[in-house]
Amino acid sequence: MPARAAALDNPAEKLDEEVLIRRIRDGELELFHQLIRPYESRVYSAAFAILRNQEDAEDAAQEAVLKAFKHIRQFRAEARFSTWLIQIAVNEARMRRRKQHAGVIEPIIDSPDEEGKYTPRDFADWREIPSETLERKEVREKLAEALASLGEKYREVFVLRDIEQLSIDETARSLGISSASVKTRLLRARLMLRDLLAPGLGGGWHSRLSFAKGNKPW
Amino acid sequence: MVVNCEEVWREVSNYLEGDVEPGLRAAMEEHFRACKHCTAVLDGTRNVIQLYGDERMFEVPLGFSQRLHHRLDEKMPGHRGNAFGWMVAAAAIVLIVGSFEVARSSVTSRPELRSEHAQPATHVPVSMMVVVSLDGKTFHTAGCSFIHHKTQLRTIPVSEALSEGYVPCMRCMRKFLSATVITSPHSQESEARIAE
Repeated sequence: MPARAAALDNPAEKLDEEVLIRRIRDGELELFHQLIRPYESRVYSAAFAILRNQEDAEDAAQEAVLKAFKHIRQFRAEARFSTWLIQIAVNEARMRRRKQHAGVIEPIIDSPDEEGKYTPRDFADWREIPSETLERKEVREKLAEALASLGEKYREVFVLRDIEQLSIDETARSLGISSASVKTRLLRARLMLRDLLAPGLGGGWHSRLSFAKGNKPW
Repeated sequence: MVVNCEEVWREVSNYLEGDVEPGLRAAMEEHFRACKHCTAVLDGTRNVIQLYGDERMFEVPLGFSQRLHHRLDEKMPGHRGNAFGWMVAAAAIVLIVGSFEVARSSVTSRPELRSEHAQPATHVPVSMMVVVSLDGKTFHTAGCSFIHHKTQLRTIPVSEALSEGYVPCMRCMRKFLSATVITSPHSQESEARIAE
């Protein structure tokens, strides 16, 4: 605890990530606290987007961080630490989901035709997003709901690329699929979400009632 | 190069990634200028990316960070380990039990009296069994002639009777009460009133 406090409080100790990792490997394990601090919420949201449940997401996020700590020596400097950490979180979350849905088997082989073609259903003009939009809890909930309604393979790709901001290649590596698959799934995920959200967020944007009355597309 | 709506939809995601050939990009831009629907799709898709990419999108649960770092602390070598954990747990239990004791003692020493005129009993043995009635205000020895509401009697220890706010019967409990209480005209008056 004292070591952690000192590392965090002393401005001279603002270390860049690479140095931090080296020092952790050299035995200053307490610095790991500092290393992961910027990524905590990302680890959580990756797990949450996959597991769709707060409690499970927290468990998975904790487990992922503990695994990263345990295996920090295996981290290769050519990757970004954040990417590595997110990948561990995604694996942890996927593993848990598989355990939860042991009986439910999703097809492993995707049919590329189906992935590639998606016809937008809604053409509502939705150009502006008021900056305060995400301050509204019900909007965040609707976004989370829409995301949760996507099929797993679309959701995972979307989460890694658009929420966790991994690159297409990093997303592909994390999920063990090709970059081409990432792109087609990403396209479909984005268009599906747009279709789900456009009428609510575009048309009935300022009206709470449009949500409350059940007049919503999802 | 000219592209139709379907081709635009297929490439809109790559377009936003900046991942289309310059020729295709120009053709798409040309298309967007003329096609309201495709522009709506483009804007909406861009909005989706922007909204979900916002870090406010997912709130971590309250206390998430503390719990995380606490678990991490437990994995640090030199962490005092289970022995320390048990000590913390034991200390917590002592505190909790202690607070119950304090709460209980405060209840027994300052119960909300059912009779505002009565004095709390301070010398009655707490383990002695006494009789109370549901609507009454006093506790009695079994067989006391001042027991009223005889249909709803319970026999409980004095400690419990006190914690429920019962006060001692001025007659049958007389020997346990301090002289001041016995001689207090208010107490006697109230007991007399109750007794009637």
